[in-house]
Amino acid sequence: MTTGQPVKTEVTIPSDTVAGQALQEQILRQLEDLQFEDQDLFGVRLALEEALVNAIKHGNRLDPAKNVRVQWCVDDVRVVIEIEDEGEGFDPGDVPDPTADENLERPCGRGIHLMRAFMTSIEYLDRGNRVVLIKSRTVAEEEAEEESPPEEG
Amino acid sequence: MSTRKIDVEEVNAVTVAKFTDKKILDETNIQIIANQLFSLIDDDHRKKIVLDFATVEYLSSAALGKLITLDKKVKADKGELRLCTIRKDILEVFKITKLDKLFKIFETREKALAGF
Repeated sequence: MTTGQPVKTEVTIPSDTVAGQALQEQILRQLEDLQFEDQDLFGVRLALEEALVNAIKHGNRLDPAKNVRVQWCVDDVRVVIEIEDEGEGFDPGDVPDPTADENLERPCGRGIHLMRAFMTSIEYLDRGNRVVLIKSRTVAEEEAEEESPPEEG
Repeated sequence: MSTRKIDVEEVNAVTVAKFTDKKILDETNIQIIANQLFSLIDDDHRKKIVLDFATVEYLSSAALGKLITLDKKVKADKGELRLCTIRKDILEVFKITKLDKLFKIFETREKALAGF
């Protein structure tokens, strides 16, 4: 069920991964209600988990005095999620390639690499403490067939 | 005492550990699962371990990190770790991170047990 109207939501959560999990469920439920495909739900959940853990743990360093601001906007074609922490930020260019042979067993950068792979786009803004994740909606095969023009013959 | 997060059984001298959770997310949860897996090597010194992912629907990079540590522990104890029954989405996670090169991954439990 889609209305065509973008639905925008903004929440602020404490630097606590339990709060992050609850928010993740809230966003995923919304996408499920809008009948996003399973593969999209998988990618968004994975990216949300990685981005929220990064913001809470690495950005805010679990500091109870700091919050994470999350806003997301869903419409018929995509979901855009913005996550901002109050940490010092980082330069994503400094993160080593986790798939290089010499880094394969290191803990660094795998989360960002997965976000890039599963999202349509991911961009770090400001000092690196704000990330924008975009997932374009996959069109189901039957719907795509229905929408394609009939073949002439 | 934490909730049991893995079901462990012995099949022909091979330890088969099956995850009980659908989602291997959240730091605390991942640490509990990791401790239970590490105990198989640190306390029980099991040498041949098959990790069955049949139940698992989601897994994060933090969980991958623990699996790498587990693999190192098994190898340090002169053992071998095999993974099996990984659903398509999760297998993609292993492929994207190129960890499919590091781990021995089998399609089914039977194939993982064969010749172990």
